[in-house]
Amino acid sequence: MINSVEYFKEKFDLLQHANKDSLLGSVHQQAFNAFRTMGIPSVKHEEWKYTRVGSLFNKEYNVVLEQKPNTISEKEINAVRLPGHEEANELFFINGIFSFGLSKILSSKQLVVISLKEAAAGEYNDVVSKNFNHSSNYLKDGVNALNAAFAQEAVFIHIKKGQITEHPVYIYNITDTRSGNTFSQPRSLIHVAENAQVQMVETYIALGHSQDFTSQVTEIIVEKDAHVEYYKIQHEGRDSSMVSTTHLRQVGKSYTHTVTVSLDGDIVRNNLNVVLDAEHCEAHLYGLYFQKGSSHIDNHTVVDNVKPNCFSNELYKGIIDGDATGVFNGKIFVQPHAQKTNAYQSNKNILLSDSATVNTKPQLEIFADDVKCSHGCTIGRLDEEGLFYLQSRGISEKTAMALLLHAFSDDILSNIKLPAIKNYVDELIEKRLEM
Amino acid sequence: MLSIQNLHAGIEEKKILKGINLEIKAGEVHAIMGPNGSGKSTLASVLAGRKEYEVLEGSVTLDGKNLLELSPEERAGEGLFLAFQYPIEIPGLTTTNFIKTAVNEVRKYRGEEPLDAVAFLKMMKEKMALMEIDQRLLSRSLNEGFSGGEKKRNEIFQMAMLQPKLAILDETDSGLDIDAIRIVANGVNKLRNKDNAVLVVTHYQRLLDYIVPDFVHVLYNGRIVKSGPKELALELEERGYDFIKNELKEAV
Amino acid sequence: MNEMSAIEKTVLNDYKYGFVTNIEADEAPKGLTEDIVRFISSKKNEPEWMLEWRLKAYRHWLKMEEPKWANIKYPPINYQDIIYYSAPKQKIKPKSLDEIDPELRRTFEKLGISLDEQKRLTGVAVDAVIDSVSIGTTFKEQLAELGIIFCSMSEAIQEHPELIKKFLGTVVPITDNYFSALNAAVFSDGSFCYIPKGVRCPMELSTYFRINAENTGQFERTLIVAEEGSYVSYLEGCTAPMRDKNQLHAAVVELIAAENAEIKYSTVQNWYPGDKDGKGGIYNFVTKRGICQGNNSKISWTQVETGSAVTWKYPSVILKGDNSTGEFYSIAVTNHHQQADTGTKMMHIGKNTKSRIVSKGISAGVSNNSYRGLVHVNKKAENARNFSQCDSLLLGDKCGAHTFPYIEVKNNSAIVEHEATTSKIGEDQIFYCNQRGIDTETAVALIINGFAREVMNQLPMEFAVEAQKLLAVSLEGSVG
Repeated sequence: MINSVEYFKEKFDLLQHANKDSLLGSVHQQAFNAFRTMGIPSVKHEEWKYTRVGSLFNKEYNVVLEQKPNTISEKEINAVRLPGHEEANELFFINGIFSFGLSKILSSKQLVVISLKEAAAGEYNDVVSKNFNHSSNYLKDGVNALNAAFAQEAVFIHIKKGQITEHPVYIYNITDTRSGNTFSQPRSLIHVAENAQVQMVETYIALGHSQDFTSQVTEIIVEKDAHVEYYKIQHEGRDSSMVSTTHLRQVGKSYTHTVTVSLDGDIVRNNLNVVLDAEHCEAHLYGLYFQKGSSHIDNHTVVDNVKPNCFSNELYKGIIDGDATGVFNGKIFVQPHAQKTNAYQSNKNILLSDSATVNTKPQLEIFADDVKCSHGCTIGRLDEEGLFYLQSRGISEKTAMALLLHAFSDDILSNIKLPAIKNYVDELIEKRLEM
Repeated sequence: MLSIQNLHAGIEEKKILKGINLEIKAGEVHAIMGPNGSGKSTLASVLAGRKEYEVLEGSVTLDGKNLLELSPEERAGEGLFLAFQYPIEIPGLTTTNFIKTAVNEVRKYRGEEPLDAVAFLKMMKEKMALMEIDQRLLSRSLNEGFSGGEKKRNEIFQMAMLQPKLAILDETDSGLDIDAIRIVANGVNKLRNKDNAVLVVTHYQRLLDYIVPDFVHVLYNGRIVKSGPKELALELEERGYDFIKNELKEAV
Repeated sequence: MNEMSAIEKTVLNDYKYGFVTNIEADEAPKGLTEDIVRFISSKKNEPEWMLEWRLKAYRHWLKMEEPKWANIKYPPINYQDIIYYSAPKQKIKPKSLDEIDPELRRTFEKLGISLDEQKRLTGVAVDAVIDSVSIGTTFKEQLAELGIIFCSMSEAIQEHPELIKKFLGTVVPITDNYFSALNAAVFSDGSFCYIPKGVRCPMELSTYFRINAENTGQFERTLIVAEEGSYVSYLEGCTAPMRDKNQLHAAVVELIAAENAEIKYSTVQNWYPGDKDGKGGIYNFVTKRGICQGNNSKISWTQVETGSAVTWKYPSVILKGDNSTGEFYSIAVTNHHQQADTGTKMMHIGKNTKSRIVSKGISAGVSNNSYRGLVHVNKKAENARNFSQCDSLLLGDKCGAHTFPYIEVKNNSAIVEHEATTSKIGEDQIFYCNQRGIDTETAVALIINGFAREVMNQLPMEFAVEAQKLLAVSLEGSVG
């Protein structure tokens, strides 16, 4: 048992050789103060009611603060690469520190990848100052603040104006736990400029058998006429826990499409915020969680309609097996004057075992009157009629279940528009369905 | 009965009606035809008093009463009825309750006593028989889940219940198959008498086979550009609206 | 704008229950101490065990904190600035209904509640509570013939201590929450109903609550016990005078349904909501909970909430018996500066339990209306079923509608469904009605009654008519 606030204070002080008065330096300092005030969220924190992260902070971790010589071999890297990587830009975080050495940029005409420090000091100063840590307006807890405080080795990605990124961007978050429990806090700020287009895939890998805890924040700014697809694939083992935040802010009429697939992990908490900060924005949010054993998956989403005439559609589906717990919390905010908002949300859950639990809280907060909003959620077991129908046609119960669950998942998987990634996730699901 | 003089009207700065003149006498049926965007539905909406439309010039009187000064419900009280092109759904409000409220509000406007439940029911039964409308339709929420044909029949049933002086049918035939059109038209014909009048607004001639007009007016670009007997409708159907456009061009 | 304010004026005038009765009151001094708790208990001539119960609650309350999680804002309540006991002074303690002070009798007549049994056409028995005490209960004798006990809580403590000891505080323990603990310490009256085994109560039982005195809080406590195979339908109504200062109302209602018993509890809550600027009005913090103790039992809550400046209220059902059923039907209307955070909890514990939630929120003016509900399915609650429908209707663009449904399922044989929609009254709907000769106000009333119909249908006939009028009045002037 350690006092996490004091523990991180020590670590934070070590970082203070950096320029405190710089743009980033002051954000780090403010964020750390916020962390000290808020501390680690307990279940009394409304947003953490169903997910206990206290135990994750009670351990000693290696906390890597700066670039170290690479300890991971080419072979090990190759083993974790996602399908389609030959045709993809690949970016690597090792223990939360962005690695330029490992990263590979194919689309240099369309993409700028530099450190956040460099971006803040140079021509992207304005973008950084307006958007870095914008997520803290939505996530008022110590976990988010701690990431911002320690985000010294963050990356800045810029998709150039009018450019269509022909190769997708794969982001690997690798934690090396071979020398003990490791805590990593990757951080990215991604700027998709006017009329640009990009597809991104983010995934998480642990090397070694000690425990890894990743607290990650990706903030994405989407400008006018830009088009963003973002896929998050989580299937780490039972030694891995994470709090993973994706914060999308659409500042011009734009389109975003996110799919979050969570297949394993010890405690997995995802925050997905979509801020519709311009008229006529469109956002699609999809999620699939398929958990077994004692794993705990929590998806918190926010769609904030700040400006009128926006459209959002959200569909999250969950299959919970074993002693696993699934949590879904979806909020739709319609701010005053955000008239003509159309916002839809749906959460569907299947409980496969007697000891599985689902907690769901779909939430609407509406301050404008000319809106159409709806949410719905269902919790139940696999459709027995359907199962019987298939069995009566000679299909075994096990196969019938697999077919039905696959069909249930397909609503989400069909929204992965990168064929290599879709096939990859399909295979993972197939494997899981062999139960 | 209805007198429209030099009516100019528009919506959000856009001028749609540019000087309509029309006289309708009791006992007459008039049809207004015209291509899409000519201003047909605007005319129906302006007569009924939809507030998005602004009257810029001209006058409209019903039996000498200035309609333009009245609210939509007062116009209904004066005996103007609009059968909507897209009847509105109101979940939870039964059709019967809705009609009863309407009938009694109109009676109140005219200084008549409200109908009690017995008298109302009697009247409804009569009109239901006349209009061949199913009781079940009336106990459902207003227009909710009604088919296109059911909605239009419900409109004509309301017309029967409210007994207007002037009924305006706004594209009542749109979206209906021929059988449904026949039923609706039959209903209208049963309601016609020497004291009331009907204004049929339609894009096609088909409905006019069943509701035979005394006069046909062609609306084009916000004006009535041609008027004639019922044969004009057939001519339009045969030759299309282009012939009107061409005639106009030649005239210029 | 002028037109609007004229309409608003009529709305204000339409809180027709805003009058004050001039009658001398017997009051406790302001503030809350152990002595006040003792004072109340001794005023009511209570046995020692009751005083101990109150003191336990008071001591616990001192250690508690006022809850802050609800979506409502109000200035801090000064609990030492409230009078905890106020009773209209009556020269003699009325032995029968005929002896009730004529002034009080007139008060209730003005509220449409006749205490004269002979004059009442419908079979409704009434317990009339003014400020802290019950002033009379009708039809007592007739009910007693069937073994039904229907009396004020004070009387029950004197006459039926064994029942009170057995049931009071078993559904809402004194430690349950801040406001229920406060209530347990200082409650002054309320109603008690006991329906013996196998009896179907032949008439509606009702309590009418009236706050009259200034600066007082009202803390009533209601307990309904339906023994095996019995049935009762209970109604509750409330009003208060218009005053500039906020007044606190913290009630507790406990329902207990034994095997095969059914309790139907309906509320029309019309406490003074404050004026259009949000001045005055009742703070309504109420704990209502029922337990379906026996198999095949049923508890149904229906509420029409139009009054109060602030409402904090979650009538709940603990579905303990197998095959038991819980229902919650609610219409909550907020206008001007009103705030409501209301909903329900359905706790599925027994097997084959069913619950149904229908909540209709209507917001107008600058008000905020929140639905907060919990559906919890226990690990052992096989085959639980829940269906929830939460609809919001917004009138105007300055109000807010919020839904916070919590759904916790720990058993995979459950089927839980939740649906919610938000919409507004459309201009096109209004125009359609106008065209048929119906003016805008009537049209709005029609549409709202349509929106609320599913809940209205649950109310006993006599109440439904009253409630419908209330809805129209509460929202007058908020559209068009």
